[in-house]
Amino acid sequence: MAKKIRVLIAKPGLDGHDRGAKVVARALRDAGMEVIYTGLRQTPEDIVEAAIQEDVDAIGLSCLSGAHMTLFPEVVKLLKKRGAGDIVIAGGGIIPEEDVQRLKKAGIKEVFGPGTPLRDIVQFFETAAKGG
Amino acid sequence: MPARRAPSRRSRDSVRSLVDGLLAGDKRAAGKLISLIEDDEPEAMDVLARVHPHTGHAHIVGFTGPPGVGKSSLINRLVRAYRARGKKVGVVAVDPTSPYTGGAVLGDRIRMADTGVDPGVFIRSMATRGHAGGLALATFDAVRVLDALGMDLIFVETVGAGQSEVEIATRAHTTVVVEMPLTGDAVQTMKAGIMEIGDVYVVNKVDLGNEDVLVANLKFQLEPRDGWTPPVVRTAALEGRGIDELADVLEKHRAHLGSSGILLRRELARAKQEILENAQRLMAQRVQGLSRLGATFERLARQVADRRLDAHTAAQRLFDPAATRQRRS
Repeated sequence: MAKKIRVLIAKPGLDGHDRGAKVVARALRDAGMEVIYTGLRQTPEDIVEAAIQEDVDAIGLSCLSGAHMTLFPEVVKLLKKRGAGDIVIAGGGIIPEEDVQRLKKAGIKEVFGPGTPLRDIVQFFETAAKGG
Repeated sequence: MPARRAPSRRSRDSVRSLVDGLLAGDKRAAGKLISLIEDDEPEAMDVLARVHPHTGHAHIVGFTGPPGVGKSSLINRLVRAYRARGKKVGVVAVDPTSPYTGGAVLGDRIRMADTGVDPGVFIRSMATRGHAGGLALATFDAVRVLDALGMDLIFVETVGAGQSEVEIATRAHTTVVVEMPLTGDAVQTMKAGIMEIGDVYVVNKVDLGNEDVLVANLKFQLEPRDGWTPPVVRTAALEGRGIDELADVLEKHRAHLGSSGILLRRELARAKQEILENAQRLMAQRVQGLSRLGATFERLARQVADRRLDAHTAAQRLFDPAATRQRRS
């Protein structure tokens, strides 16, 4: 059996807007991936623990509360602490351009803003799972 | 426990160090080992051989029943109840794979979000990947990994597709069938399959009311088997009602299995089934190998297509080329 791509889609923070996360989860499913969706209001600890137990190749973080500069790098830090720094992380949401650069420096591989075509996101995770 | 430095490629992870990590309680190792088995990597056999001697401790409880009946919520509550009793709990939750794209959305974890970070809990979501029967092929190998991780109880949640997902009963020590009120009349509780496999029946969502009829219908159908009459437990998972009673019943069943010698009998039956399944899998691989061999397979296919041979006879000859030669001479 071929190796399946496993992706965790997670909503850190306190906003209740998960339509985007669900649309992405559905697109990855339709691209043949196994998507674990953990629901709203997750702490970075919740997300890292789920990523480790589910042994995912990548994590997609969605945040619309504005707290991405705190929450996203925290996930990177905790993953590294658990010896899971090889898990690729992408972010999405309403994220200003100047924050995008800082997030990338903090270890977020890619940031997808509103209007990103789903095929770009699918392609990103396919490449990420191959270790690219 | 120090954080393990994980190599970037799974294939380079040494099986031995992963299994050592697993036995030391490392969840990262447990997660990776389950993936190796699930992806049927070449190392999987080695993993299972190394893990097997360290299993046999956990009480394995399967949960089945229709979708949306509250299996995940019930498991979430039970995990917390057992954590309060000082037990470590593993969960393997199965959801369906798309037959069209091979993809899956695994959503059981949503209901268990508040228990996932507990150090004494390990939850793994799993897609069926085309396996019928309500489970994935690797489900009980994942259970073995969690058993070796030191879990006292392991809950297995089936996809909950319907009335014939009964494989769980041949694998779990205790099978819990979950139902809810207002889903059908008395005849539903008379049907074969899922209504025959439960060691424990749960009527969940009693907060909705109208549960008395279902409880009565279930009790009317349930008969003693091996000295155990399946009890019917009323729960309201979201409110946490009936959860401690259910945990008590599960422990009672475990004690019953041990004291009556049924546990040993079931373990033996399970071992037999697993050997046969693996033998079938090896046989299937051999058949695929044969079909790749080319010449013989191509010739047989042509004969079947030309109506000179039927497919059943061709299959026999694929296994026994001597018979082919005999017939041709």
